[in-house]
Amino acid sequence: MNNTLNTQDTFTTAARLGLTEHETQLVLQILGRNPTFTELGIFSVMWSEHCSYKCSKPLLKKFPTTGSSVIIKAGEENAGILDIGDGWAICFKIESHNHPSAIEPFQGAATGVGGIIRDIFTMGARPILLANSLRFGEIRGHNPQALHNRRLLAGVVAGIAHYGNCIGLPTVAGEVSFDPAYEGNPLVNVFCLGILRHQDIRLGRASGPGNPVIYVGAKTGRDGVAGASFASRDLTEDSKKDRPAVQVGDPFTEKLLLEACLELFQDAEAVVGIQDMGAAGLTCSTCETAARGNSGIEIELDLVPQRETDLDSFSIMLSESQERMLIIARKGHEDRVLNTFKKWDLDAAIIGTVTEDGLMRVNQHGTPVAEIPARRLTNEAPIYRLLAQPPASSTHIPPQPNLNNLELTAALGALLSSPTIASKRWIYRQFDHMVRLGTILSPGHDAAVIRIPIHEDSAESPAYKYIALSLDCNGHHCALDPYTGAQLAVYECARNLACTGARPIGLTDNLNFGNPHNPHVFWQLEQATEGIAQACIHLGIPVTGGNVSLYNQSPLGPIDPTPTVAIVGLIDDPSHITPSYFPTPELDIWLLGHPYGHLGGSQFAKEILGKKSGPCPQLNPEQELALHHLLRQLIAQGHIASAHDCSEGGLAVAIAECCFHPLHPVSAHCDLTCFLNPPAQTCSFAELLYNEFPTRVVISANQNNAQKILESAQAHHIPATKIGRTTPHDSPLTLQLANHKLTFDRAQLYSSWATALESIMQLQPTT
Amino acid sequence: MKWGIVRFPGSNCDQDLYHVIRYILGQKATYLWHKDTDLQNCDIIALPGGFSYGDYLRCGAIARFSPIMQEVLAHASRGGPIIGICNGFQVLCESQLLPGALIRNRTLHFVCQHVHLLGEGPALKQTKLYVPIAHGEGCYYNSPDGLKKLEYENQILLRYCSPQGTITEEDNPNGSLNNIAAICSPNRRIWGMMPHPERACEAALGSTDGLTLFRCFLQQISTA
Repeated sequence: MNNTLNTQDTFTTAARLGLTEHETQLVLQILGRNPTFTELGIFSVMWSEHCSYKCSKPLLKKFPTTGSSVIIKAGEENAGILDIGDGWAICFKIESHNHPSAIEPFQGAATGVGGIIRDIFTMGARPILLANSLRFGEIRGHNPQALHNRRLLAGVVAGIAHYGNCIGLPTVAGEVSFDPAYEGNPLVNVFCLGILRHQDIRLGRASGPGNPVIYVGAKTGRDGVAGASFASRDLTEDSKKDRPAVQVGDPFTEKLLLEACLELFQDAEAVVGIQDMGAAGLTCSTCETAARGNSGIEIELDLVPQRETDLDSFSIMLSESQERMLIIARKGHEDRVLNTFKKWDLDAAIIGTVTEDGLMRVNQHGTPVAEIPARRLTNEAPIYRLLAQPPASSTHIPPQPNLNNLELTAALGALLSSPTIASKRWIYRQFDHMVRLGTILSPGHDAAVIRIPIHEDSAESPAYKYIALSLDCNGHHCALDPYTGAQLAVYECARNLACTGARPIGLTDNLNFGNPHNPHVFWQLEQATEGIAQACIHLGIPVTGGNVSLYNQSPLGPIDPTPTVAIVGLIDDPSHITPSYFPTPELDIWLLGHPYGHLGGSQFAKEILGKKSGPCPQLNPEQELALHHLLRQLIAQGHIASAHDCSEGGLAVAIAECCFHPLHPVSAHCDLTCFLNPPAQTCSFAELLYNEFPTRVVISANQNNAQKILESAQAHHIPATKIGRTTPHDSPLTLQLANHKLTFDRAQLYSSWATALESIMQLQPTT
Repeated sequence: MKWGIVRFPGSNCDQDLYHVIRYILGQKATYLWHKDTDLQNCDIIALPGGFSYGDYLRCGAIARFSPIMQEVLAHASRGGPIIGICNGFQVLCESQLLPGALIRNRTLHFVCQHVHLLGEGPALKQTKLYVPIAHGEGCYYNSPDGLKKLEYENQILLRYCSPQGTITEEDNPNGSLNNIAAICSPNRRIWGMMPHPERACEAALGSTDGLTLFRCFLQQISTA
């Protein structure tokens, strides 16, 4: 090998690229010689946390990954695959693009969407929907930070809209919240789901020595070089200099790439393996396909389509230019592949072949520039067991407000217009959430419900599968108690699905944490993964894959631990699809579950009392699961008209939200007197109205079903209490607490909730 | 009736339109590839929504030069019926089969929501419809004279309105002049609209008013 670095340069360059001294020693040992600059670059990206999960892998092993419906397990391929019956399957995954979005929100978010879509269609699936989970710092106010955070929000939303709308995928669900903990380090997690027939599954494997390796899609440029390493560092004041590490997205090219790949897959023979070039680009796609195929790969960089001349081998191997795929074709079928991409006006070039020796061999101008055993870059990358240490225990006293009626009344309006709780219409209106004619419950409901046509071409009228999707995570809860907080996220997600009538079938997670070398942060990660694992085992659902995003911290410190989860569910009968909003006046309103709890971790404590402290809400997993069963049973029996879970803002906010149908709103009169002074405890008005304990759902039902609801609830050991009636939309919304009656103008409440985000986004900085 | 749905690179409502024509309207439909030069004996040409050629340059500006568009122009000159939805409407304006232009929404944001529409002219009369829009560049623009001509020739098909059916600035989602959402050619056989009727043909999706719109179109081209 020519061009190897001398030993001193090896260590200084390796350090600059983010490899530790120990890792550099390992590189020397693996190669048995000094590396070239390109080889060091390859090791640095493949051994980054982003690609290797070197710090998180031991924790991820706790997740349940098997189940009767699992076809492809988590970690085996680019995304897991689950059976949904009748020969069809779904493939879904969530992924973060936090660091790029922090410094270039539009392109950062857009390319995040592009990347997750490729992860899905590389499996042979047709992507059918998108969703997202976003976190930003405080956006209210005229100060420069708030202005910057509004710019980040506007840029991220526009970026997601740009990519998703153009490629023609509906963005059907999301969750967004705002907290100073995300100041300087917003979170952008994007989710994609696709469908496929069982026989159409494609794998990212390079097998069959002599098979050609074909590069397809956009040309390689200098953008996003070593982005995976950039994403595996803390964000600092200097991170703006890393802007070249952010990729630039072209959804139009990806749309062509998507259609061309799916068209090519109709030929069962032509493609042996396929992998997208995402993080670590050509490097990752070549060594991962080789490692999975127990083979080697040899490529010549001169054959790679390039956007500019004189690209060096380091840049070509580490570029994260978007909209590119690597295809391992079957020998003799090269023309089929090349012609398909030509039809779609895309570049396609044979750049190498599959070999037998297990080596990833890279040549440029006919000269070797890298020669590394592929498995040493992937499966056999170093793994670390980091130190976990809980923070010193602090006193966890729940915040105790003492508010009069007037203040309590004002609190509801204030909570409804706080950005975390307010309507997200300003955001989802920018996303095409209806294309592909599948969106049955659109953004605004507890979970999105989508119909998926199957057998469209053979049948007179298409048959459908109905799936539900929800994303959740309350970073505030996780900051107080990462184990319980993560569990709460999983159960809330499952509860949201149950409210629409769905049963959960699988989960994907996006673990957003700070720097894992901080023992407190690593402890949070350990606790949160344990919480997710236990909750999934209890719910009987597999984790089908996901993403780990560490080093989410700015000079202000680490973010709140944010283990975002997305759960996909199935609805067997479309008549069971249940909305969140009260549909008509003259219905009974019920609370399933009990309403008690303290205000720790609540939006009320944060927004009204200014306290982000106290104990985390408590969870009873058995009750929670029983509630889900009860909901699905009541829905299947046709006993309830709507169901909405209580989450941020507690019971009062949940009741109000049920009255906010955008087209046909109704109002409500609720009497909560029966909940005051429960046995053996005292419960203040504020605690009753605004605590955020889980395991409770507000439903509406015809009064004739009262007996049935009571009986079913009793059988599941879930308290069921009739708390009021729905009323015409122009009646006031009232909450009765013994002698105290809180009265709200429904239309006014709605308007403050519906327009809050839009008004905030129009704030101008003071000059 | 046989419909031909043109697929440009970047079209993304082509499958939705196919679904509605074939399964809801119960008519024949086929796809026409943008590089083709044969309309395959289709009676109606449909230009679907999407981002043809990535909306680069201007929406619909490049699609206009696709080989298939020469055939579509010939079809139009023979009096053949054409419907353009969203990006299809933009292509029709760029091809000068319909007058005016569609420019960036007043808010500069993409907007996806249901809107209330009020029909006018012989085909749609005073029909009130509730149909989604989804576009970033749907602000209809024309010169004062052009607008006068449209009004005079009864070429306006739909305007954005309030739930009660009044034409107000508040209910104009994109800044279109005179709240114009859809227009037709003077011979009434070429229809262009920003709303997506194909997204409102099934109760499961929230509205069936799109079906009314398609039926009015079919009625119109069978009589005119």
